[in-house]
Amino acid sequence: MKLIYDKSQPGRTGVNVSPSDVPTSIHLKDELLRSDDAKLPELSELDVVRHFTELARMNFGVDTNFYPLGSCTMKYNPKVTERVAAYPGFAHLHPLLPQLRLGGILTQGALEVLYEMDMLLREIAGMAEFTMQPMAGAHGELTGVMMMAAYHRDKGNEKKTILVPDSAHGTNPASAAIAGYTVSVVPSDDNGLMDINALKEMVNDEVAGLMLTSPNTLGLFNPHVKEICDIIHSVDGLAYYDGANLNAIIGKVRPGDIGFDIVHFNLHKTFATPHGGGGPGAGPVGVCEKLVDYLPVSIVVKRDDGTYALEYDRPKTIGYIAPFYGNFGIILRAYAYILTLGKVGLQRVSDNAVLNANYIKEKLKNYYDLPFPQVCKHECVFSAARQNKFGVHGLDIAKGLIDEGYHPPTMYFPLTVKEAMMIEPTETESKETIDAFIEAMIKIAKLAETEPEKLLAAPITTPIGRLDETKAAKQVDIASL
Amino acid sequence: MPYIANTDQQRQKMLADIGLTMDDLFADIPDDLRIKDLKIPNGLSEQQLRSRFSALSGKNAIDLTLFLGGGFYDHFIPAAVSAITSRSEFYTAYTPYQPELSQGTLQAIYEYQSLICRLTNMEASNASMYDGGTAMYEAMMMALRITRRNKVIIGDSVNPIYRVMIHSYTRNLSIDLVETKNDNGSINRQSLIDSIDNDTGAVILQNPNFFGIIDDYTDIAEACHAKGALLIMSAYPISLGILKTPGEMGADIVTGEGQSLGLPMSFGGPYLGFMATRKKYARKLPGRIAGRTTDTTGKDGFVLTLQAREQHIRRDKATSNICSNEALCALNALVYSSLLGKQGLKEVAQLCADKACFAYEKLTAIPSVYPRFHAKPFYNEFVLDLPCDAADVVGRLIEKGYAAGFPLSRYYDGMENSMLIAVTEKRTKQEISMLAEALEAVL
Repeated sequence: MKLIYDKSQPGRTGVNVSPSDVPTSIHLKDELLRSDDAKLPELSELDVVRHFTELARMNFGVDTNFYPLGSCTMKYNPKVTERVAAYPGFAHLHPLLPQLRLGGILTQGALEVLYEMDMLLREIAGMAEFTMQPMAGAHGELTGVMMMAAYHRDKGNEKKTILVPDSAHGTNPASAAIAGYTVSVVPSDDNGLMDINALKEMVNDEVAGLMLTSPNTLGLFNPHVKEICDIIHSVDGLAYYDGANLNAIIGKVRPGDIGFDIVHFNLHKTFATPHGGGGPGAGPVGVCEKLVDYLPVSIVVKRDDGTYALEYDRPKTIGYIAPFYGNFGIILRAYAYILTLGKVGLQRVSDNAVLNANYIKEKLKNYYDLPFPQVCKHECVFSAARQNKFGVHGLDIAKGLIDEGYHPPTMYFPLTVKEAMMIEPTETESKETIDAFIEAMIKIAKLAETEPEKLLAAPITTPIGRLDETKAAKQVDIASL
Repeated sequence: MPYIANTDQQRQKMLADIGLTMDDLFADIPDDLRIKDLKIPNGLSEQQLRSRFSALSGKNAIDLTLFLGGGFYDHFIPAAVSAITSRSEFYTAYTPYQPELSQGTLQAIYEYQSLICRLTNMEASNASMYDGGTAMYEAMMMALRITRRNKVIIGDSVNPIYRVMIHSYTRNLSIDLVETKNDNGSINRQSLIDSIDNDTGAVILQNPNFFGIIDDYTDIAEACHAKGALLIMSAYPISLGILKTPGEMGADIVTGEGQSLGLPMSFGGPYLGFMATRKKYARKLPGRIAGRTTDTTGKDGFVLTLQAREQHIRRDKATSNICSNEALCALNALVYSSLLGKQGLKEVAQLCADKACFAYEKLTAIPSVYPRFHAKPFYNEFVLDLPCDAADVVGRLIEKGYAAGFPLSRYYDGMENSMLIAVTEKRTKQEISMLAEALEAVL
């Protein structure tokens, strides 16, 4: 499809800018001005709307197709949360207002949302206090690791290493590394869980902490997770809970009760805020009592008179990790979601997410290799190894699923499983949808044996076929200038 | 429960089919770790929820006339912007890992990258960062990776909110961060140039700077390059409708806050960090990048590219830990800019400058109110010196319905009586005149 820039017609415009009511009095020297106009397209409003509507129709989203992308928790995004987040009292609020004298009174509704969200997340996580500021899960990880560093510096601990399991998301080692730590990888055991004996051998006085997703990226909950936290604590290390997979256990068990010291939650996963085609998300971070002094500022507090205010006076704070109070518009949606579900609703989330995943696992285990057959949590991981002998790879299965009308699972992750296919159905999908998906997966497994060339040629139903990624990386055409 | 489809009957059927009970599904969670009593209130109906949020929304005052900026601005947003960004094919999708079913998102990212390059006169952009501050921090890390040096010089006329963020992010790293003092609101050229040495990896400046003053950093870019350092410039995208671009000045990396491109102020987020660079540094960029390629039949299409830089491939050796970015905000900026177009952006950019100029003249005509910085060209913000504490004055004007500006004492010593005033195209001549009357009355 043509680029928007290639549709431009000189002289056309898509807006009516208000006429000026002041004299044009500014005389900036030419050397301060750009020499040519910025090459923005010249289009009518309809041109623009039609262009983007056409683009939208080339996308799969949760609203159009089942989207079982593992570890991403592609659940339905309620429409009412979109509606309430757009209320003018939130959308038109300047972030510097509460920092002005008397300005706090004018933002009480927004501060109340931040405060109440902190309270709800404390209860859900079992932590002492949250910061709402991290703007994505990985940003939360970095914030958490920075707090680890501050804690150890404060205690005079000489720490160098952060441990991550071999099944970890890539963000864990990346976050630890950019915060200045070296990363050591803890292997998994034969059951797909962290090898506790290996962990014991790796733990020493240089270990600053451990980052753990639980259930892990195989969808498996480690019954010995408390022992893992205890081992880390034995060297004054800190245990970090990556909440990417919270959807599996929300309302059942709390990271704080297990013994984790720091957690982040992905509001765009468990708390149903839209994924936006790759953000914006939000990654609030909660800490245990001994770390509250290190939380980033500002912090919203409730005064004795019932009003809310921003507090900056935390001498041990790690400082400022965001310009203001986090992705407020996303926090609003997640707050609305929690209020809608309530206690019972939250517990039913994990019940149904886990049931749906196990149902898929059991129904497909005769058709695809299942490296870890035990009960899973919110996602299950198959391997396409069996299909390899017919010349069909995970990628081909993914493309075959597209032709069946499904977004493929997360492919080739976790790295610990060969030809991995990580399926996360979420609780918002019905048995009918899941049954149809299972049928499609079985059909593809049979095709792999009988007519593999059909899968190798897939997808054929999309606006475009398989793309040449090598060419993209070699020729590097990343902008039309 | 409207968001859970399965009925009790269906759940029973599913469990029977797989020969398990609900208890079996959670048997791996030890009993002693289970939640005994979750203290979360009962759920609300949609009607109750909307009432609750109406009440919360009503506790925020949005009828103030805003002259508050500081890098975050009250610009007009055409209705077509949210009409497009609220298409759920865009907002309920995720990172386009499967290009065949994500061409909408991917082409939009490519067009957004092109937009950022066209605005800044650079050659390569990523798909977005969280905000202007984290983008500046990531640009700094990128420059240090490229130069393999560890000294960074940052002007104190760079947004102080971003400077405190960079201080926080670098606390655990061995980076030599040097702040240079401004001279009458602008960089102290000679002293800045003298401080660039062979250890300097990056110089970070902003245009227009935090005080609204416009500069031409061509000489600084040359001084950086002479010593093998990179110039990072933070820019205000609306101003690029008329102002000399970072590309024209010779900047190596450009970052900034994209909120002004059609995103609501939304109490601080979600916003949009943008980042662009020279083509030769494209492979050093953090974050997602969309690229154009062809499919098996030779048809043009788009994919995520240069992924070998990224955390999901390189893990602890990645150029950044960023995964989710601000894709929908980038789409928002693209739609807004496409609606404005070449002429519209220029008009809005010029209106901001003209109205700020008018406000400057009105306000400095008040006896005892003086411009803080003399004979300095400014864009749509300027600093006034008042005869008394600026924070007090701002407080008094709030009572009269104006968010009149940002008092600078919080970030700058010796500026207790100074405030930063921002004017966008939304402010009318009448509002500006009334602000002048109100200010005179409270002094």
